Amino acid sequence: MTAALLAVDFPWWSSTLLKMGLVLLVVLGPAGVTVYLYLFKMVSFMQSRLGPMEAGPYGSLQLLAEVGKSLQKEDIFPAKADRTIFAMAPYVVLLSTFLLAVVVPFGPNALFTDLDTGVFFALAVSSISVIGILMAGWSSASKYSLLGGLRAAGQLIAYELPMVLAVVGVVIQAGTLNLQQIVYAQINGEIFGFGGLGLPFILTQFVGFMIFVIAVQAELTQVPFDMPIAESELVSGYMTEYSGMRFLMFFIGEFATAGIFAFLASVLFLGGWSIPPFITDLIGLEYDSAWFNVIGPLVMTVKMLMLTFVIYWVRFTYPRFREDQLQRFAWKVLIPIALVNIAVTGVLKVAFTGS
Amino acid sequence: MGLVPGLVKGLGLTFKELAKTVVNGAETVQYPHEKEDPAPRARGVIALHEENCTSCMLCARECPDWCIYIEGHKTLAPPRRAGGKPRSVNKLDRFDIDYSLCMYCGICVEVCPFEALFWSPEYEYSEPKIADLLHDKTRLGEWMETVPDFETYEPGADVKAKKVPR
Repeated sequence: MTAALLAVDFPWWSSTLLKMGLVLLVVLGPAGVTVYLYLFKMVSFMQSRLGPMEAGPYGSLQLLAEVGKSLQKEDIFPAKADRTIFAMAPYVVLLSTFLLAVVVPFGPNALFTDLDTGVFFALAVSSISVIGILMAGWSSASKYSLLGGLRAAGQLIAYELPMVLAVVGVVIQAGTLNLQQIVYAQINGEIFGFGGLGLPFILTQFVGFMIFVIAVQAELTQVPFDMPIAESELVSGYMTEYSGMRFLMFFIGEFATAGIFAFLASVLFLGGWSIPPFITDLIGLEYDSAWFNVIGPLVMTVKMLMLTFVIYWVRFTYPRFREDQLQRFAWKVLIPIALVNIAVTGVLKVAFTGS
Repeated sequence: MGLVPGLVKGLGLTFKELAKTVVNGAETVQYPHEKEDPAPRARGVIALHEENCTSCMLCARECPDWCIYIEGHKTLAPPRRAGGKPRSVNKLDRFDIDYSLCMYCGICVEVCPFEALFWSPEYEYSEPKIADLLHDKTRLGEWMETVPDFETYEPGADVKAKKVPR
């Protein structure tokens, strides 16, 4: 569908409008679906209850009800808060999510921008949210918010490193920073001369994948790493003083980023929008064909749902780390493993391909 | 490496519960649509059997929340036997329990020497206005119909179960 649309030569303004609408869909769609499927339903089932059942069939419109409720609420500013910064902070957090969505490829032509430095851009942009969270924590004029903001800053910076280092392994193997080219590298890869499965980098970069998923969990401040929010000690961390619409934006930011990071992980490690080559050979489909602009987003959605399932499954199972354990885990465990992974990948790359 | 199996076991536990709920349904009940049967001796609401009350005030004095309000006056009742003197009895004018204060401790039921107060398992009496939670003696009397019969404490016990006055 997107291919048909992109085949028509749109004027610049309308293609930009279309892209803006699709980015909204890409950011809010996964957030809505994962919140309903996992935050409302999966956690309820894990606690042997049904969760929201009244709003819409099987409670499917509960999220709309929650959004409507949040929109009606008063937008409270604390008396001593730095009003401008306080008002801006949620937008900065959400901005990083939207910028992150821009580089993710969903098909051979279904992508927003084809950056040659896609991986670099994605990882750089994902750390903008740290600034938003620090702004929120600092401007709230509340000690809970400040502590939460500082903890978040320390944690996000600590886990940014293993995430970047984990991705470096993929980049070495694919030989490119372009996310689309990374997908093609996985399609054209061969496992000891057998090309039927392509080469999803999870097979060769399993260590990198594990580090990436753990770091994503920490970047999202999901439960084993939710020291910045820690409701039992910090009320709600940097979000404590927020209400109504602005709180909702932090909320959307958190869950949309989970979806986008899952998209990113599936591009980097699970073969992105492609399906294994032996299936395409069977039905005689070319990877460049327009069909993949339709299949691609669906495949990506399935992979995203699988990865977010793991994220929330872990979230609803484990208790949280202590602050020092959390930092020690990043600096003394994940980063050394990631560095070794890079070294081993480099050596093997030279050994196998000789370049 | 005792750590990793523990982590995996935890994930397995939550997944097992998830699968169980998907297959067997939840342990909880969707309240307004289907209702749970409370246990027969559940502490839902306190019922008053007005004829037994002598307005002795024991319940009102023992109530930790002071949520029982009793007013009464002395009056003469006809004699038991023909030719006897008229008896002096306490007539109950007001017996209110404020369920917005009550903490369902049941001390009033325990302390009542004349078996005028009973537990009923009914629980659906919430009100939009908090003042309406003050049940007067007619309302408390209506709850008597819902009081279940006493059962023996264990099957085949010698002590006979007490009877609920109807």
